[in-house]
Amino acid sequence: MVSRTTDDYLAMVTAGCRAVCEPAFWAGYDRKSVDGFYDYFCQLTDYEPKRAAKFALPHFSWLCLNPKEAEDTGLADDVLALIPQFLDRPNVLGIGEIGLNKNTRNELSVLEKHIDLAARHDQLILVHTPHLEDKLKGTRLIVDAILGDKRIEPARVIIDHVEEHTAPLVLDKGFWAGITLYPESKCTSARAVDMLEMYGRERVWLNCACDWGVSDPLAVPKTALEMRKRGHSEETIDRVLYANPRRFLLQSPRFAAVFGDEGMIFPTVPSGKRSLSPTRDSF
Amino acid sequence: MGAEMGIKTEQGDDRRGPDGKQLLDLVFLEARAKLIDIAGILDRIDRYGGAEDYRLRAFYRALEELSRPGGGDRARRVLTTFSDPTDEPVDSPLMHGATGAWPGGEKE
Repeated sequence: MVSRTTDDYLAMVTAGCRAVCEPAFWAGYDRKSVDGFYDYFCQLTDYEPKRAAKFALPHFSWLCLNPKEAEDTGLADDVLALIPQFLDRPNVLGIGEIGLNKNTRNELSVLEKHIDLAARHDQLILVHTPHLEDKLKGTRLIVDAILGDKRIEPARVIIDHVEEHTAPLVLDKGFWAGITLYPESKCTSARAVDMLEMYGRERVWLNCACDWGVSDPLAVPKTALEMRKRGHSEETIDRVLYANPRRFLLQSPRFAAVFGDEGMIFPTVPSGKRSLSPTRDSF
Repeated sequence: MGAEMGIKTEQGDDRRGPDGKQLLDLVFLEARAKLIDIAGILDRIDRYGGAEDYRLRAFYRALEELSRPGGGDRARRVLTTFSDPTDEPVDSPLMHGATGAWPGGEKE
């Protein structure tokens, strides 16, 4: 995770995390050229997997131009042209996290181009939904945009950062829903478990915000504690925190190459105390 | 949790945990503290001269939603209160980030 120290990798492995999935995201500032993205994609697909491997933590990544940087459509086109040369790298899961930030026409145009890129290269999609007051409208626009491209199967798309007012919009259309956990400001572990109880858990995965702001790479394992306090079984906890993200990600041949044979990589991690820990971008 | 506390959720899963009263026992002090914290924040803003601000007005509208009878969807209703209800994409962003409340309705 480019925004974190190796202390976080150690803590995650110790807590039972089996893999980390890092989407391309905002650098904390707008990049000025396509060369900046080339270097960033090299970092996500070369250096960062090696850094995580020192802690026996498989590292996967998603590639895109983050919606926060989509207002410069010329730069976006250059970055979109750059991505295909990275798609065959062994840790790349697909296109993400694409989506919207402030729900502008330029963002929507760049989103549609990313969707087309994913369709042409048969890639999984990870979607960022806008934050706070922009989330409801943005989620509706995103759902319509993806459903508008008939080449995309909703079951191969995860729409992330859902909350109580957007989770049904996503799940009812057949998409996967991601719940992103924050120690403050957005969704807590308690609310995440509320959503699992209210909206079902069949196509839901939980992930930690691990970005430039206040965030916690152990938020997923800590949510297991919240589930135990409410009396959910160890089997249910394992299904939500581990089996669900694994099931979605096994649609990627590069993920299946590592995790196709469940339980053989870290067989000492007991069921119910392991998790996949997809991370996400900044706010 | 003991087996005597077992209940079934809507998903018919195997959860065997607290019922509503037992859950209240677990979370009441936490919820009470959060509520008083909010009261303190609002008092503080008043004490510092108040604020004519769309975010604060949205906050009070959300508090009204919180006080309405249950239905199990208070969180959804509060989130919706703060949300942009329009459908069309905008031509350009007014700002890079988000403020937590939609200002548009008050400009119409």
